[in-house]
Amino acid sequence: MSAATFTPMTPPFAPGAYGPDAQIMKDIDGLNWRLADYLKRGGYDGLKKILAENVPPEKIIAEMKTSALRGRGGAGFPAGLKWSFMPKGYTGQKYLVCNSDEGEPGTFKDRDILRYNPHSVIEGMAIAAYAMGITVGYNYIHGEIWDTYERFEEALDEARAAGYLGDRIQGSDFSFQLHAFHGYGAYICGEETALLESMEGKKGQPRFKPPFPASFGLYGKPTTINNTETFAAVPWIINHGGEAYLRLGKPNNGGTKIFSVSGDVERPGNYEVNMGTPFAKLLEMAGGMRGGRKLKGCIPGGSSMPVVPGDIMMECDMDYDSIAKAGSMLGSGAVIIMDDTRCMVKSLLRLAYFYYEESCGQCTPCREGTGWLYRVINRIEHGEGRNEDLDLLNSLADNIQGRTICALGDAAAMPVRAFIKHYRDEFQHHIDHKRCLVPVYV
Amino acid sequence: MLSPEALKKIDREVAKFPPDQKQSAVMAALAVAQDEKGWLPTETMDFVAAYLGMAPIAVYEVASFYAMYNLKPVGRHKLTVCTNLPCALSGGTHAAAHLQNRLGIGFNETTADGRFTLKEGECMGACGDAPVLLVDNKRMCSWMSNDKLDKLLDDLK
Repeated sequence: MSAATFTPMTPPFAPGAYGPDAQIMKDIDGLNWRLADYLKRGGYDGLKKILAENVPPEKIIAEMKTSALRGRGGAGFPAGLKWSFMPKGYTGQKYLVCNSDEGEPGTFKDRDILRYNPHSVIEGMAIAAYAMGITVGYNYIHGEIWDTYERFEEALDEARAAGYLGDRIQGSDFSFQLHAFHGYGAYICGEETALLESMEGKKGQPRFKPPFPASFGLYGKPTTINNTETFAAVPWIINHGGEAYLRLGKPNNGGTKIFSVSGDVERPGNYEVNMGTPFAKLLEMAGGMRGGRKLKGCIPGGSSMPVVPGDIMMECDMDYDSIAKAGSMLGSGAVIIMDDTRCMVKSLLRLAYFYYEESCGQCTPCREGTGWLYRVINRIEHGEGRNEDLDLLNSLADNIQGRTICALGDAAAMPVRAFIKHYRDEFQHHIDHKRCLVPVYV
Repeated sequence: MLSPEALKKIDREVAKFPPDQKQSAVMAALAVAQDEKGWLPTETMDFVAAYLGMAPIAVYEVASFYAMYNLKPVGRHKLTVCTNLPCALSGGTHAAAHLQNRLGIGFNETTADGRFTLKEGECMGACGDAPVLLVDNKRMCSWMSNDKLDKLLDDLK
């Protein structure tokens, strides 16, 4: 890494550290995370207004639908629509869960939201709970970020003490208890039903769907699960209206999005931009290619998404629909940048190892298939590849994808297919010449 | 089996869940137990099982499923370094190699003096901080150049 140009982003940040479009991370300097700071930024105004005016829940859900806020965890499912799935008139306990189990390689935005603006998540969850008539919620936080978990607990204490959480919030009839839950190192728990199993004190093995969590969730009760960034966007939507949020982005792709840019750029980090911002501009915000090298490939949505060759990526806009057109997915917004010194066989090998490691072992195609993928890519990388191996890899991918309970199988298969599709020559070179096409790697 | 302070911490976790769902606190309880014992011997897991009213096998299942539990004794400090692709692109594998050289051990090994255990980690959700490593499951160290790694090793007694 070129230490000469890289300065770690440590608090306090300069104003606008997350970019000029920032809404969730607007005016965040890394130190102003406390309740008093959040209130100064207009925090909890949305919740207070809703409670003071007794806004009908249906109106909030309608506003959410107008906003075209799509789930920021990876699947991009419209949040307002998801909220409307909760059973109406159900009188038993319902639950709200925030998925902060951020472990998709390349993704590190939820950690920044939780440690630098935790009250935006708390307020977003409280508004969501009000809209769906929910009284209890949990935030499931990734195991490796203990200090962030502790800070979130502190923010919860602040919110309880000031009457933004707990019984009869702000003197209204609305009560909402919110707790933090600490994971302990399992990628699969980012899958929402695995997360629920984990919360119930079990192995995090995904459930078969349907039934979906809206009808059978935590402890078998109706449950809505959204990503951290999704909840953090909710207060802005309530304060400015769904229409205004939609206009920040593009039709069907409302709002801003925090992209985690990692890999071969001068300034890896989180950047919040309007949906539809050109990739070239995002790359520029991250300081451009490290050492001025050429962009070879980019994984635009986290390691589970198909890689996109550099020239196609440079023409692409950063929103769900544009990236889908380029043959990949926006996913969690993790933009992994690889320059022209990178070996694509070795890159794919590391990802394949990850899925092999993290497969929960429940479905045979994934449990056995991920190991098989890893072993075949490993032998290609180490000069023992066979001529039929590329077809074998594609066939393995075909036999995993769509044949498992959850999307981890797809996540293991899709990168394999895309890497071979776009960089077949490089894989073939490894097989034919028993060595790498690019001279140096990392 | 566990100290009163540890039990207090576990009780605080149990209180987050409905009274008939004490099992939801098992992950936290195992983490608290591990903090106190350094790892999770069977008798400790059995104690947690009894404390939460769970079958011991259900507790073993949890402990063996999640990567951050130590099912075997580890050194005084466990260093987990991320080598996944985004980290590797920014020096994660170099950091891991440097630690292996300095400590003279490979992954999943402990130094002869019992001071360090080295682990290869999967994504910690901190790729922008690469090279990144975790000390004893709790302390995340960011942008770990070789100089910073050397200093960290000297500081961790």
